[in-house]
Amino acid sequence: MNDQARVTDMPNRISHRIDMNSVGRSQKRLNLAAEKTSIEVKGLNLYYGEKQALNNINMVIPSNRVTAFIGPSGCGKSTLLRCFNRMNDLVDGCTISGEVLIDEKNIYDKRINVAELRRNVGMVFQKPNPFPKTIYENVAYGLRLQGINDRRKLDEAVEKALKGAALWDEVKDRLHENGMGISGGQQQRLVIARAIAVEPEILLLDEPASALDPISTLKLEELIYELKSTYTIVIVTHNMQQAARVSDYTAFMYIGEMVEYSDTNTLFTNPTTKKTEDYITGRYG
Amino acid sequence: MNGNIKIWWKSGTQWVWLSAGAISISMIMVFGLLLLIASRGLGYFWPGDIIQIDYKNDRDDSVIQLIGEVYDTELVPALRLRNAGYNISTNAEYITRHLLKVGNRDITGADFRTVIEPNIIKRQYPSEIMAVERREWGNFYGYLREVKEAGKIISEGESAKGELDKRIERALDLFARIRKIEKDDIGAINYKLERLRLKQRGLELNNELNANSKMSIENDRKELEAQFQKLQQQLAGFYQQIKRDSFTARVAGGQIVEIPLAKVVRVFRPNSMSILEKSRHYLAKSWEFVSDEPREANTEGGIFPAIFGTVMMVLIMSVLVTPFGVIAAVYLREYAKQGPLTRIIRIAVNNLAGVPSIVYGVFGLGFFVYFLGGNIDRLFFPESSPAPTFGTPGILWSSLTLAILTLPVVIVATEEGLARIPKSIREGSLALGATKAETLWRIVIPMASPALMTGMILAVARAAGEVAPLMLVGVVKLAPSMPLDGNFPFLHLDRKFMHLGFHIYDVGFQSPNVEAARPLVYATAVLLVGVIVILNLAAIAIRNHLREKYRTMEV
Repeated sequence: MNDQARVTDMPNRISHRIDMNSVGRSQKRLNLAAEKTSIEVKGLNLYYGEKQALNNINMVIPSNRVTAFIGPSGCGKSTLLRCFNRMNDLVDGCTISGEVLIDEKNIYDKRINVAELRRNVGMVFQKPNPFPKTIYENVAYGLRLQGINDRRKLDEAVEKALKGAALWDEVKDRLHENGMGISGGQQQRLVIARAIAVEPEILLLDEPASALDPISTLKLEELIYELKSTYTIVIVTHNMQQAARVSDYTAFMYIGEMVEYSDTNTLFTNPTTKKTEDYITGRYG
Repeated sequence: MNGNIKIWWKSGTQWVWLSAGAISISMIMVFGLLLLIASRGLGYFWPGDIIQIDYKNDRDDSVIQLIGEVYDTELVPALRLRNAGYNISTNAEYITRHLLKVGNRDITGADFRTVIEPNIIKRQYPSEIMAVERREWGNFYGYLREVKEAGKIISEGESAKGELDKRIERALDLFARIRKIEKDDIGAINYKLERLRLKQRGLELNNELNANSKMSIENDRKELEAQFQKLQQQLAGFYQQIKRDSFTARVAGGQIVEIPLAKVVRVFRPNSMSILEKSRHYLAKSWEFVSDEPREANTEGGIFPAIFGTVMMVLIMSVLVTPFGVIAAVYLREYAKQGPLTRIIRIAVNNLAGVPSIVYGVFGLGFFVYFLGGNIDRLFFPESSPAPTFGTPGILWSSLTLAILTLPVVIVATEEGLARIPKSIREGSLALGATKAETLWRIVIPMASPALMTGMILAVARAAGEVAPLMLVGVVKLAPSMPLDGNFPFLHLDRKFMHLGFHIYDVGFQSPNVEAARPLVYATAVLLVGVIVILNLAAIAIRNHLREKYRTMEV
């Protein structure tokens, strides 16, 4: 990293220079010069036992933008996403090499506190997974973990998070009912509220709309659009229209490799590789 | 036709019938069992009619009078009776034989007598026959003659009845007071005296006994002894009063017997009782059965200490087994690396459930009572040696032994529950920055608690019905004091206790009067089943509440 260069090249906007050597061939057309970096992935390889699931991934995810990962099933997009909050640690026989830098710190460093990292990098899963507690307690859960038990503080934070997740108006009269009792779309927004209540910097969404009906999906997409002013959002999706609608940048992955990564418009209108073109035109996947 | 059968066969209807049949048979067996013990046990307290018969004696032709309740009736081959030396006049092949409860054990020597139908000359149900329940010698049957006060006749004939009832009331009241003083007040003083003795001995052993402490102990003791003297005097007064009254009655042979009222529990005349009076008598007797203490080597009175001991032992067992089982299951499922070792442990745990319970009893006696208890006594209760405190069977060791016995059930059920918590919920918690332990405590274990309760239900059901190991580690025929009472520190885990299961065995097979006690066996069995059902229902209610609370998505 060349600090001198950083200062001269990008005087105001970026926090640190994007090292073009670490950005692979797939990203040649990607111009992130005007963006702040949130996550930087360097030479990431991931193995499930013997099987290699991610192969030398290099990429930079910009701050306060929506970055989408697309690709056929089993291509490793969810695996890559789960690398960003070290969820893969829970998988037996999973080994990782390479670096993932968040705030210029390698999150696979031994000194990193995983719980703290996960507080900073929120995650929303494919299926809504509210806890069997009240709506209020679901949202307050992360805060209580941090030892915040002051009623007034919690009330405030819960309201703020639910408003942030565009759920407040629907549930404000039944905050103390079971979180399992609301609709799937509402549950997914509840889970997002739960994630943003702890005020992370990054929000990882793992196919968040796959279990939802079209109207709920629409609401969720609107929400993602609103959230990106505050959070860096990385979303994995099967749905290419969704990726095109919500994301600023899109990465196409195929069998553990990052095939192409560029701004969404370019990727969908003018893909460079044959594979990407085939996928987005629906020839396979 | 053939095709129809084929279609019917393929439709699977026969399996529906087969499984329905299996379930019906199981239900019939269960309800049949309950019905049998209920009918045998619950009828015991109903006041049966008392019959008076003129009976031609079996071996010679003399005629005697018998009074009693018909207890049982059966058909017996005449040949067998003839061979046994009975004098039978009819030619019938089978002869009806009655078992008559004649009572008056102090006079006739036996409670029961068999009579055969052909030799009964005359039967009557005189309304003035009186049944007397006594504290000693079982029931008494006879005709009331006179009521006496201090040996002088107070009333005779018709008026004696009312007089007797009044005086019995008085005697019962006195008896209740005597019992209160003897059991509660004097019991408490004895307990305090024993504690003082132990205190003094303890100080002596530590070489801390000086004139001062000796003085204070001596003063305390004097005070207690003064109290004791006072109670003793009071008691003597009551005894004097209760001895005052008595009544005389004529028994079956014509003999006149005098019975002091101090020995009487209740007097009733079943032949002249209306259904309502009989029902009242029945309820009173049933209540006495569940609320009172046993008398006469457990064959009379109630079984409250046994109910109490059973419930308390099960509760202590539950309190002990839950943390053990849950911690073991959590480690096995959540922390231990799954592999051959955990598999072996699981197999071992499952096999533990199949070990005969008496083996646990032997283990409990050897390890808990002698080893643990002995060492505890040596370390903490040197002052009471050589008398053991914990180094002898008691309720704590019984509960611990049963806790080990039921541990596998709890571990297996909890493990199943933990395995059923969806991964997505755990990940949700971890993704919010919870550590594994936090996730376990706040999310996983509460969600698995209904499964844990299922384990508890099975454990309670097993523990409440277990008798064999308890005979080695703490159950006794008659416990002088209960494990929970008004003497500090109130909960006495070192004490021995009574248990319904053992009570059944004891009353049924070890009592001096097996025939009389047989219905009690059934009644106790009904109660044992009832206690287990109540304990289970309580656990099920808790489980359902938890299930509702932690209702999760259908997975």
